[in-house]
Amino acid sequence: MLSRVANCLYWMSRYVERAENIARIVDVNLQLLLDLRNLDEKRLEEHWLPIVQTTGDEELFFQLHKQARGKLVTEFLVFQMENPNSIITSICQARENARMVRDQITLEYWEELNRLYWFMRTSQGRQAWKESPTDFFQQIKGSSLLLMGLSRATSIRNEGWYFSEAGKFLERADKTSRILDVRYMTLPEKGVPGAITQAEALEWSAILRSCSGWDAYKSIHGAEVHPKLVVEFLLFNADFPRSVRFCVNELNVALRRISGVPEGKFCNDAEKLAGRLVAEMQFSTIDEVFDQGLHGYLDQLQFKLNAIGGALFNAYIFQPFTNLEEEIMVQQEEQQQQQSGESRTPILCASARHDVHAGPDDGAPLPIR
Amino acid sequence: MLEHYDPAGFFDEMLDERAATRPHYRKFHQLFSAMTPEEFNSKRQSVDLAFLRQGVTFNVYGDSAGTEKIFPFDVLPRIISGSEWELLERGLVQRITALNLFLHDIYHEQKIIKDGVIPPFYILSGKHFRREFVNFNVPKDIYIHVCGTDLIRGKDGGWMVLEDNGRCPSGVSYVLENRRAMKRTFPQMFEQIGVRPVEHYPQELVKMLQHIAPAGVADPTIALLTPGAHNSAYFEHTYLARQMGIEIVEGRDLEVRDAHVFMRTTKGLRPVHVIYRRIDDDFLDPTVFRRDSLLGVPGLVHAYRAGNVSLANSIGTGIADDKVMYYFVPRMIKYYLDQEPLIPNVPTYLASEEADKKYILENLSQLVVKSANESGGYGMLMGPKATKEEIESFRGAIEKDPRNYIAQPMISLSRHPTHIEDDVFEGRHIDLRPYIICGEKTTIVPGGLTRVALRKGSLVVNSSQGGGSKDTWVLYGDE
Repeated sequence: MLSRVANCLYWMSRYVERAENIARIVDVNLQLLLDLRNLDEKRLEEHWLPIVQTTGDEELFFQLHKQARGKLVTEFLVFQMENPNSIITSICQARENARMVRDQITLEYWEELNRLYWFMRTSQGRQAWKESPTDFFQQIKGSSLLLMGLSRATSIRNEGWYFSEAGKFLERADKTSRILDVRYMTLPEKGVPGAITQAEALEWSAILRSCSGWDAYKSIHGAEVHPKLVVEFLLFNADFPRSVRFCVNELNVALRRISGVPEGKFCNDAEKLAGRLVAEMQFSTIDEVFDQGLHGYLDQLQFKLNAIGGALFNAYIFQPFTNLEEEIMVQQEEQQQQQSGESRTPILCASARHDVHAGPDDGAPLPIR
Repeated sequence: MLEHYDPAGFFDEMLDERAATRPHYRKFHQLFSAMTPEEFNSKRQSVDLAFLRQGVTFNVYGDSAGTEKIFPFDVLPRIISGSEWELLERGLVQRITALNLFLHDIYHEQKIIKDGVIPPFYILSGKHFRREFVNFNVPKDIYIHVCGTDLIRGKDGGWMVLEDNGRCPSGVSYVLENRRAMKRTFPQMFEQIGVRPVEHYPQELVKMLQHIAPAGVADPTIALLTPGAHNSAYFEHTYLARQMGIEIVEGRDLEVRDAHVFMRTTKGLRPVHVIYRRIDDDFLDPTVFRRDSLLGVPGLVHAYRAGNVSLANSIGTGIADDKVMYYFVPRMIKYYLDQEPLIPNVPTYLASEEADKKYILENLSQLVVKSANESGGYGMLMGPKATKEEIESFRGAIEKDPRNYIAQPMISLSRHPTHIEDDVFEGRHIDLRPYIICGEKTTIVPGGLTRVALRKGSLVVNSSQGGGSKDTWVLYGDE
């Protein structure tokens, strides 16, 4: 598979996953506000600012806007083209990547992604957003899930598939960890958090719902919401498909399918780092996380995920492009050597003009190396 | 519907001079008239929506906001009878055969020059004559592998060749997509009318590409070389690559080592044997042609000359696209095949011939003047519709560089009923671009791309100038 193609597939599914996750985050937080009373300016800012921070674009946000107000934050995360991680930008990027590898994806997948693109790019999207933000987000999530289903149901399981799987699960692991990070300010810096208020419980259940994890969580822990259990569930649950552990496992599987190297061995840094992280997720406890402090732990986790992404790029995608000028020189030299060996065939008609001519006649003498 | 349609004195594809439906349109006319305007409009809208959804679009240069547009599509199909098509087919095969013989000749023995059929000056001054390739043997001796020859019909309905596109003609994906859309929208019409299929084009194309693979390569790797996602025909490139099941590559995906071409894959470098290139000669290889080209591959021409990679189309076919060479094609047919051309040229005047030049300059306001190496409807003067300033600027240009200009009488292209709005149909001028594939044998998928000048009165059908397209139906029989 062409490296460029692998790269496009990887980013295509990463961006689709990103758009879905941002839709989840904004949606849940908008709904949460409906449950909270007596919100003043300061309280509102405390609510919205961490959400900007989850996507890692705080600095950009404050370049564009003065204050983290609800409207501005949602606009920034949903429709703002200047934000490289907004829903609209993610969808544009996903489609641009898909367009470059149009021959590698199925018609059904392309048509749906293209439909989503035009939904966002035309007034349709705005209109839906105005009428009901929840329905709007439902559309984005629904489309992303449809894309996932379509690719599962129609894609051949080749190298390209595993590159897009790798992109998807890396992105999801990263976003789940960022969603978890939203409420770290309300937790003690280190140590397991104690009892929480009802408002806080609402916030933590919002986190679960951001990840579509509310029902799964309830089936394990009942209706009691406690930060410790929520964090444990979203980090370490082996079976919930949006937990970090689950995603890292899938990422590891995809990487091994690409190279064919079995479990327990590795042939590049991406596999080494992914294998290491799998083991770590398997053999860590929630108490250790809180001993270290949740925010610090998540920070490191994101750093590790980034490192896997970088190593993947180096192993498969990044083949140093030769400097074009230098390459031209090398090729010309090679051709000259060949030509001096051949006897030049005379051109039958005297030429009237020289339009295009290679080699030293151009006026620039070739340097001798 | 269509009962108020008026051919307005033009040659009309559907109606004859007594306003009776021509035999090959009868079944269609009948079925179409049975539709209510509401039915028709809902079908028409669903086609447009489908095109947008599928991303059947072309990129518009110099437009950053909405860089993609759908190629306007008119649902009324253009119909050609079986026997008429067979005549056209013979004429096109004749023409492409002569052109390929001509290209071989001027890059080898140059007999046509020595025998005085074409003055040497015209060939040697051709902007796209690649003298570096004199005496070079192209794989299987095929120069033009894919040709898009533009055909028109004049006042009396007679067919003529307007121009040959022997470099990288585009548009064939619309032929395939238009057909798909029409089949989905009007399935019963296809059942009842009997239309020859076009869907085998990609198979024919890939067969040709396999045929020209370098000697000794049993299972060649074939790639389509595209300038990239920002090219106006990018949709077509990915479309064809997907249909053929071949790789689509950009220049930066390829690398030349020891005169062999490789592509960069996730598992290292892999050899490439045949390249269907959708990049002009000038941009193919910065070591040979334009040095500033970032689209090409350094060393590609070297690998080509060494016989390690085959290119379709070959380098140097642009000379056959030269509108001055067009003038000589009937002579080529006579010279190489000893036949009369089955499809004539449009009468043409060469500005570099004294008598012609005099005539052209005296009649600028009646003529269409074209520069020799422009395409897409650019670099053209439509005398009868031009302003005084435009005419004078062309007069100056012709006197300065007569080699670069030809002139033709203004042809009143045939017209076809075309949907305008609601239930209004009017005649619009059309042409036809069949796609000819030259491999082991010469293949033409029935019909081709019918382009339609959607602006009222306009004779320019190019997509960049407000043109649209129609599905082209070649019938099995004549009715």
